[in-house]
Amino acid sequence: MKPPAFDYLRAESIAGALSAFQEKDGDAVYLAGGHSVVPSLNLRLQAPSSLIDISAIDTLSGISRHDGWLRIGAMTRHVDVLKNPEIGKHAPLFQAAAPHVAHPAIRNRGTIGGSLSLADPASEFPAVALALRAEMEVVNPQGLRRVPADDFFIDIFETDMESGEILQAVWIPPVQAGQVHAFDELARRQGDYAMVGVAISGILLAGILSEIRIAFLSVGNKPTRAVAAEAALIGLPVNAAAIAVAQEELEKDLDPPEDPQLPPAARKHMARVLLGRTLTTLGASA
Amino acid sequence: MKTEISLTVNGEELHAFVEPRLSLADFLRDSLRLTGTHLGCEMGACGACLVLLTGTPVHACLVLAVQAAGQDVETIEGLSERGAIGDLQKSFYERNALQCGYCTSGMIVSAHALLAENMTPARADIRDALSGNYCRCTGYEAIVDAIETTAVRRKSQVEAAE
Repeated sequence: MKPPAFDYLRAESIAGALSAFQEKDGDAVYLAGGHSVVPSLNLRLQAPSSLIDISAIDTLSGISRHDGWLRIGAMTRHVDVLKNPEIGKHAPLFQAAAPHVAHPAIRNRGTIGGSLSLADPASEFPAVALALRAEMEVVNPQGLRRVPADDFFIDIFETDMESGEILQAVWIPPVQAGQVHAFDELARRQGDYAMVGVAISGILLAGILSEIRIAFLSVGNKPTRAVAAEAALIGLPVNAAAIAVAQEELEKDLDPPEDPQLPPAARKHMARVLLGRTLTTLGASA
Repeated sequence: MKTEISLTVNGEELHAFVEPRLSLADFLRDSLRLTGTHLGCEMGACGACLVLLTGTPVHACLVLAVQAAGQDVETIEGLSERGAIGDLQKSFYERNALQCGYCTSGMIVSAHALLAENMTPARADIRDALSGNYCRCTGYEAIVDAIETTAVRRKSQVEAAE
């Protein structure tokens, strides 16, 4: 299990990283935390001629607030997502999801930008970004662009980013009055890939849900909104009757692929159970 | 083409020329002959290769040696020699918390990091901290016991000193 040989260069700036990628004619991979790239190299699932280490670029680091939005630099490690007080205050759904991301030592190296740009349909942060209406700050030689999470995740391991672009940060909208959240997942063992997971963000004022976004992970090729279940909940209190209707409606939202490990019917059943649990938590949190 | 790196391993400053594809684990084991860091899966699943990189546990199989440039690496040998884990080793021995020993270095690195952060972990905290460490011999109970015993002993030592 050794990767094929490659060149390594450490970029000092975004401009340097982007031009290095162009010089290699795209036969290069950006290296941040390396916790998806390096296993894929070890397993020889990819064999680029160069690795461009972007971990030292300062615009990728840091957690800051601008006009109420929270900007989380792409190099922010999972352990910092878990522990950072700013994230706890302004994006607590990320903090609720972080303990489910792999194991402690992986969380010490893996990065939020790596997780979002890899877009593994079983990973937690893409679903959280979708539930929170986060926006991705993507950089290319022409400049910056912001891509809403709804348009960012396209397919399995596929995002709106073009080859050579770099995800520089994720932006979280300001917390609103009455904003509530819940996250949970079902996995065979702590830290394993989830069989089903769900991230929910909503607005619950005077006991009535006025807005809700429910994003499932591990139910298809990308993080998946449960729009029918969401619609069933709007304008109602989050009580047992409303939850039961949302669970019924979920049938319309999910169409999991055939999987010898977990048949679609079983996955949908687990999603219904999980939705019931997380909505109950959500209702109790206001 | 080899790249020059400088780093500190177990307190000693080193300079080396390494191939970019060389993992930190292979660098430690093959170049420095620090074979206490074990390699199991080489894809970040088993936890046998954990070392401390600037004080936090990381998989040495998933960190390239070039990525460790400029940083502090501490292996099971370093922890052992500076006496940081003597009590953990003793508890593991007393409780028979190892059979083949392949996973033990990684287990002890995880346990060391846990106890540095949380002096009084519940059993659930210990199990969570070990969730990325595979042991195929013991069934984990003895390992959790040994770490719990160490935590209790350390706490009573601190209290006695006060």
